[in-house]
Amino acid sequence: MKEISCKLIVIGAGPGGYVCAIRAGQLGLDAVIVEARRLGGACLNVGCIPSKALIHAAEEFDKARHMAAGRSPLGISLSAPEIDLAKTIAWKDGLVARLRGGVAGLLKKGKVKIVAGAARFRDGKTIAVETETGLQIIRAEAIVIATGSAPVELPFLPFGGSVISSTEALSLDKVPQKLVVVGGGYIGLELGTAFAKMGSAVTVVEATARILPQYDAELTRPVAKRLSELGVETLTDAKAKGLGANGEALVVEVGGEKEIRLGADKILVTVGRRPVTEGWGREELVLDMDGPFIRIDEECRTSMRGVYAIGDVTGEPMLAHRAMAQGEMVAEIVAGHKRSWDKRAIPAVCFTDPEIVSVGLSPEEARHAGTAIKVGQFPFSANGRAMTRLDEDGFVRVLARADNHLVLGVHAVGRDVSELAAAFGLALEMGARLEDIAGTIHAHPTLGEALQEAALRALGRALHI
Amino acid sequence: MGEYVIKLPDVGEGVAEAEMVEWRVEIGDLVREDTILAAVMTDKATVEIPSPVSGQILWLGAEVGDSVAVGSPLIRLKVEGEGSSPSPVATAAEPSAQAEDMPKAVAKPAIPGAAPTRASAPSRANVQAPGTPYGAPRPEGDRPLASPAVRLRAREAGVDLRQVPGSGPAGRISHQDLDAFIARGPQAVRSTGLQQNVSVEDIKLVGLRRRIAEKMALSNARIAHITYVEEVDVTALEELRAALNKQKRSDQPKLTLLPFLMRAMVRAIAEQPNFNALFDDEAGIIRQHGGVHIGVAAQTPSGLVVPVVKHAEARDLWDCAAEVNRLAEAAKTGSATREELSGSTITITSLGAMGGVATTPIVNYPEVAIVGVNKIMVRPVWDGSGFIPRKIMNLSSSFDHRVIDGWNAALFVQRIKTLLETPAMIFVEG
Repeated sequence: MKEISCKLIVIGAGPGGYVCAIRAGQLGLDAVIVEARRLGGACLNVGCIPSKALIHAAEEFDKARHMAAGRSPLGISLSAPEIDLAKTIAWKDGLVARLRGGVAGLLKKGKVKIVAGAARFRDGKTIAVETETGLQIIRAEAIVIATGSAPVELPFLPFGGSVISSTEALSLDKVPQKLVVVGGGYIGLELGTAFAKMGSAVTVVEATARILPQYDAELTRPVAKRLSELGVETLTDAKAKGLGANGEALVVEVGGEKEIRLGADKILVTVGRRPVTEGWGREELVLDMDGPFIRIDEECRTSMRGVYAIGDVTGEPMLAHRAMAQGEMVAEIVAGHKRSWDKRAIPAVCFTDPEIVSVGLSPEEARHAGTAIKVGQFPFSANGRAMTRLDEDGFVRVLARADNHLVLGVHAVGRDVSELAAAFGLALEMGARLEDIAGTIHAHPTLGEALQEAALRALGRALHI
Repeated sequence: MGEYVIKLPDVGEGVAEAEMVEWRVEIGDLVREDTILAAVMTDKATVEIPSPVSGQILWLGAEVGDSVAVGSPLIRLKVEGEGSSPSPVATAAEPSAQAEDMPKAVAKPAIPGAAPTRASAPSRANVQAPGTPYGAPRPEGDRPLASPAVRLRAREAGVDLRQVPGSGPAGRISHQDLDAFIARGPQAVRSTGLQQNVSVEDIKLVGLRRRIAEKMALSNARIAHITYVEEVDVTALEELRAALNKQKRSDQPKLTLLPFLMRAMVRAIAEQPNFNALFDDEAGIIRQHGGVHIGVAAQTPSGLVVPVVKHAEARDLWDCAAEVNRLAEAAKTGSATREELSGSTITITSLGAMGGVATTPIVNYPEVAIVGVNKIMVRPVWDGSGFIPRKIMNLSSSFDHRVIDGWNAALFVQRIKTLLETPAMIFVEG
């Protein structure tokens, strides 16, 4: 048994954990990061990055098929494109490996010691790691819990065989002919859309009345429209009950009465993610919980002195960029800087087709809070750049306080609007007013002009509509 | 339909410009002939501008606080029939087009015919976002609005941004606001119920207030003041005054102390005529006046004015009293003429019962002397064998030390003191 001491231990090398460790290294802290699996966590290995790779490949293939079918107005034609999913996956794996190497390099540069193995708390200052070379005891002044989240498993539909989670969906070697997606949230729709574009017959089973229930209907309408264009069947108010007797079909209760059987090669269950709060010795600590999550304060401190928690294990929104910002902040707090969580906006992006971006309050949330608001919405059908890309569906929507025009929320739906998230987030974080956005020159011809026009429209003086 | 242009009329001899102090109408108002449209102010007097025609206001040529040259367009009216404008242009609904018609602003507003020039930058309140007056306390629960960089600096400096007033649009806190807050140092701990008021109100200095400010600054900048305070036993004077008031005719004014002081000053000036003078410091000439024109500083609702009792040397006690009363009333009602408010050669300042124990009066430039009257108090005075109650009043008088030496100033005040303490001497010839 070996023992070492350091200033800071980070448990989990996902986006929150590795950013925390890198920043700690930059600040000259003696830091150790412990990871049982691969550097980069779910985000890099089985989440954000690989799914975007797959989505991109599917999109390219879909375009090619569209052209091959002679339906492209661009005048391009080609003959029978094919996709070799195994090759696609290999490309995606190469990409992920490259990024993982990048994380390792950054950690090394920050002189962060990487310990591979499963960490377990012994007490609030000590952890034990099962490494290949034996048990490693590490003591630290500060410990950061960044254990992340995992896909939720349905008890009546356990993972295994044809029932897969998003992790397996990103590593299939061939496109399933029939794919049933249980859960019409953003993960299920992103992957369902990708497989539909690669040729799967996709059915989405959603328990609530509509897909993407966390967004307002206006934002999700273009997505629903595109899904039906792609031949994706969406069953709402539908509950998965379990596998049929032969294991080949999913039994679904629709509308609370009749049961139907959906044949499927693969059943992708994407009904959410749960925080990983077990398996690392939480029982050795006295941590206050907040529902299934670890309770933290504005400095990411848990109820125990010297123990911090960041990322998905601390609650919604479970997003990598939130975890990264928390990780950076905690490293600076441990280094003695005065920091506190005072972010105004955590953008959320849904990489469906078209994409959805939401930053800040929705009109409904603002009204619910009793704030008098002004809303300006500008459709991409009036945006020149969108027309040249054959992507006229969608809009940008800006909402602001009626009295002082402070921007409270920006939302958009449309092809590639995820790239506008930067501008949206900056506007909220800087405390922009409608006049600030309206008074900023937005390059022509770009999709971003729709942001300026939406602000102008909220002010009652849009120019291009 | 025609257009009628009203130009700023000649409002006084030698006056090249006037300051716009009040608009009585707005664009779009319908006015009748003789409706008062505006008030402008020259050096001393306020002049009202009536409308010579009936019509609708199209355009106002100046903002309150602007200096307007005599003869420059002030108001445009839409009138029935032919207007005064040679080319009645259809500019009614286009303020921007009208603005181009305006003469170009020039640096020296004193040039006749020059355009209105802005007296001061628009106040901050004008550029505020709706709903958030500058420095207004943030509503309860509202998060302070600041960029991430400002928030970080505040955090590191240990500043709670909720305490920092934001000067930006929508109350946004800038780096400058934070600097200002930090420079003020740690704030006192709040006691219950007492709130810091961090509001700042910008009040544009216009009209009389601006005139006073300019005049006072000029006086204080040019004149080397010396102030001399002496006490005067006015017991005998007060007895005389009471006796005179008791037996005065009904057509005679009630006597205050001022006419006695004026007569005493006339006597003192006869012996020291250099105190009744205007010092033209640019030309290097002291212009000694034969006539004693005594300005009497008077408080009016809009500020300090100085009506002038002309030729006090030729007025007796009752005449002085009547003239002071008349002028004070005219000043209060704002009906005093430009002539009545100018031309003094020496000044008295008195706040009556509010006169205090001593003051440091500012000489009324370009005069060389000002006599300040403090309040009368009954004080014990040692008469050699015991204390006796006497009515004592201080005179606080300032002089332009560039042309009047302290010794001479003392002699002047002592002479007035002697006259007031033995009031019969004021009236005895020789």
